[in-house]
Amino acid sequence: MMKSVPLEKTLRRTQHLEMRGISKSFLDVKANQDINLSIKSGEILGLLGENGAGKTTLMNILYGLYHPDEGEILINGSPVQLRSPKDSMRAGIGMIHQHFMLVQKHSVLENIALGYDDAPFFFPHRHLRSKILELSAQYGLEVDPDKPIWELSAGEQQRVEIVKALSRNADVLIMDEPTSVLTPQEAEELFGILKTMCADGHSVILISHKLDEIMELCNRVMVLRKGQLTGEAAIEDVDKGKLAEMMIGRQIANAYPKAHCQPGEAILEIQDLDVDSDRGLPAVRHLSLKVRKNEILGIAGVSGNGQQELVETITGLRKGLSGKVLMKGKPLNHADARRAHALGITHVPEERIKYGIVPNLLLYENSVLKRHRDTPFSSWIKMNYGVIKDHAGHLVDGFQVDAPSINVKVKNLSGGNIQKLILGREISAGPDLLIAAHPTYGLDVGATEYVRKQIIELRDQGGAVLLVSEDLDELFMVCDRIAVMFEGRFMGEVIPQDCSIEEIGLMMAGSTPTEVLTHAD
Amino acid sequence: MQIDLLPRERSTGLQNLTILIGSLLAGLLAVSVVFALNGVNPALAIFSIFRGSFGSWYGIKETITKAIPLILIGSGLALAYKAKFWNIGAESQLLVGAIFATWVGLHWGPHLPAPVIVPLMFLAAFLGGALWGVIPAYLKVRFGINEIISTLMLNYIAAEFVKFLVVGPWKGASKGGYPYTDDLPAQAILSHFSYSRISPVLLVLAIIAALVLGWIVYRSRFGYEIRVIGENTHAARYSGINFFRTSLLIMVVSGGMAGLTGAGELMSIHHYLSYPETISAGYGFTAIIVAWLARLNPAFTIVSGLFFAGIIVGGDAIQISMGMPAATVSVFNGMILVFLIMGDFFISHKLRIRTGRASHA
Repeated sequence: MMKSVPLEKTLRRTQHLEMRGISKSFLDVKANQDINLSIKSGEILGLLGENGAGKTTLMNILYGLYHPDEGEILINGSPVQLRSPKDSMRAGIGMIHQHFMLVQKHSVLENIALGYDDAPFFFPHRHLRSKILELSAQYGLEVDPDKPIWELSAGEQQRVEIVKALSRNADVLIMDEPTSVLTPQEAEELFGILKTMCADGHSVILISHKLDEIMELCNRVMVLRKGQLTGEAAIEDVDKGKLAEMMIGRQIANAYPKAHCQPGEAILEIQDLDVDSDRGLPAVRHLSLKVRKNEILGIAGVSGNGQQELVETITGLRKGLSGKVLMKGKPLNHADARRAHALGITHVPEERIKYGIVPNLLLYENSVLKRHRDTPFSSWIKMNYGVIKDHAGHLVDGFQVDAPSINVKVKNLSGGNIQKLILGREISAGPDLLIAAHPTYGLDVGATEYVRKQIIELRDQGGAVLLVSEDLDELFMVCDRIAVMFEGRFMGEVIPQDCSIEEIGLMMAGSTPTEVLTHAD
Repeated sequence: MQIDLLPRERSTGLQNLTILIGSLLAGLLAVSVVFALNGVNPALAIFSIFRGSFGSWYGIKETITKAIPLILIGSGLALAYKAKFWNIGAESQLLVGAIFATWVGLHWGPHLPAPVIVPLMFLAAFLGGALWGVIPAYLKVRFGINEIISTLMLNYIAAEFVKFLVVGPWKGASKGGYPYTDDLPAQAILSHFSYSRISPVLLVLAIIAALVLGWIVYRSRFGYEIRVIGENTHAARYSGINFFRTSLLIMVVSGGMAGLTGAGELMSIHHYLSYPETISAGYGFTAIIVAWLARLNPAFTIVSGLFFAGIIVGGDAIQISMGMPAATVSVFNGMILVFLIMGDFFISHKLRIRTGRASHA
């Protein structure tokens, strides 16, 4: 294959890419701390870590979207400055985002021609047609250049993105969770394509949560945790359990003190629930669970395994396909957030700024969001702003919300204070069931501890809590039981006091407890 | 020198007012350029406009007459815009209201006393405008059709329909071939203050409507839901707000207010239905600017309605006295709207001008 490539290009090809001592902070959050990464031509490097571990930041630095505070990037041994994606593309780096950057109504050809440097001003796509067909044939990337994007499946769109990157001479391809939108068959095809490409001297950095994928595809793996590189290994030296361990960390945190109380009657009962994702793929499959009074049930698992769809179904934002959701014995069949609220469910949503507040309304107006139809906050058609302001004042005092007054727009509060406000609002409603999704994600240490303690307090006082989190420390500190979710199912359930990190890690990677046991022997 | 554009985190009332006045002044400056290019002294022209509208009893009375429809429509538009529902079909909602009122007036008017027929016509007009307004709302929430396009297009349909009625089936037998309907019966005519065209009923109605709609937006539960939808549809869904019902209701009110205006114009000024340009004189479009200048607070349309009514009346005056073209008022209004919208940008953003060499990589 190489002989067909012009000499000039052969010389330019990236044989070896290195990132040295990369650090990057956002305000006081250290997203990357002194990270080294290197990749050689023909290699597939897996980049593993929880959400917020710093993978995306690191890759955005490599793609020229962020500038590192410290550290340098070397290509074929000589340092380069990557100030923008354009610089990175010229340096032979291509990135394929999780959400494709394609113009839906344009054809494949037009999308690839868009922003293509060497194309003539008029009819740029003519020039590219032959190139696309050539690349398609070379790597098995079957795409029809004249089809509009919206007619293509997710897998085909991804191929378009790959062709687009290759047509810009990308030698190092960064792929951000490439299989999250694919069906299993499409994922297999993708792996085939990537292997062909690497055999031809390209290299791939694969960001993934899926341990199976990493094991199948990669030569080497790097694990990030809380902004630091916590492990690096050749793939022959590790197995899935070991990877999970590297991802999670070694120690199990100590639980917060909790009142000793026996769980009471079941508050929420789910039987055999099936839910589809927005893309129409199965997200939750035959799932059953029970949350009881005085109990915190944690749901562990790598994100994207159906947790979000499960939470949305319980809170009335999404309709389940089949199965039952019973709240205190009453069915919750429709996507109806009002009814979920009336049945005593409150919700600390995952994307708190997007769903949990109205940034441009004032703090006191936000303090009754969703409860605005309840007495005493409104009567008939009138909002009782006097009562609402008192309520907001109590929330601010009672939940340590640091705000100059209740008359400020919520968008001016910090993330931690917004979360305290949401949590306060949802807890002060006196719920029978609190659903908290990633409640401490992105918060500082103080706010994190505060939020966790409030959740425990609610449970001690008779509430039931369903806590979805990717942070295992958090689940161990807070929960009474932890269920591990993988591909829409519960792989098993553990009690935090007597379980090992290995056990949880393997379940997160898709093994059932029986497999875990045999593995432990 | 380098100019940075930064988001403005908080804005005080004083800043808002300064920006508002600043945009108005900038708009007037731009209008001045247009006047100057036409060979007219801009200062004199602008002075003449405001003298024409506020400088005499006659001018003031005419200004109030024209402010009434602007306030009625503008307050309804402000409510819809607060939910980010961009209703630009008030012009046709007004016309459909006028059609409904005409039918009721002509058919039932002769047999009913004034205290019955007047409210009945207002009610019919409100329903007509509401109906015309709910169509685009339904199309939006059910099929995702852009309301700006649908409300705009419905304007043409309603206007053509009015023309069809007045030259066709509704052409009045007493009008000697002119494209008008017959006069409304005397009971259905609103009386005026002496030596003016101001109907006390309409004046009171406009002021009360603006205040009530202001109360609805800022004090009622419906208004709370309007503002949540307008600011964050995701949060609206999260908090269980019925998007479908609320959107339809918003357009019932917004369209209804425009419809009501149609009845008012008919019963106070025209007394019969005629060509759409005569019935409305573009109030449905001018009211968009009225709502905007009121910063989408329906109560403030009382002030902004008077302001733009003044420009209409004053514009008519300079058309005659200075020989300016008829489009002067439209140019004037358009310029002011553009600058008001630009001004909004500075409420959410601020400029920072730094001198010296830029020194960041």
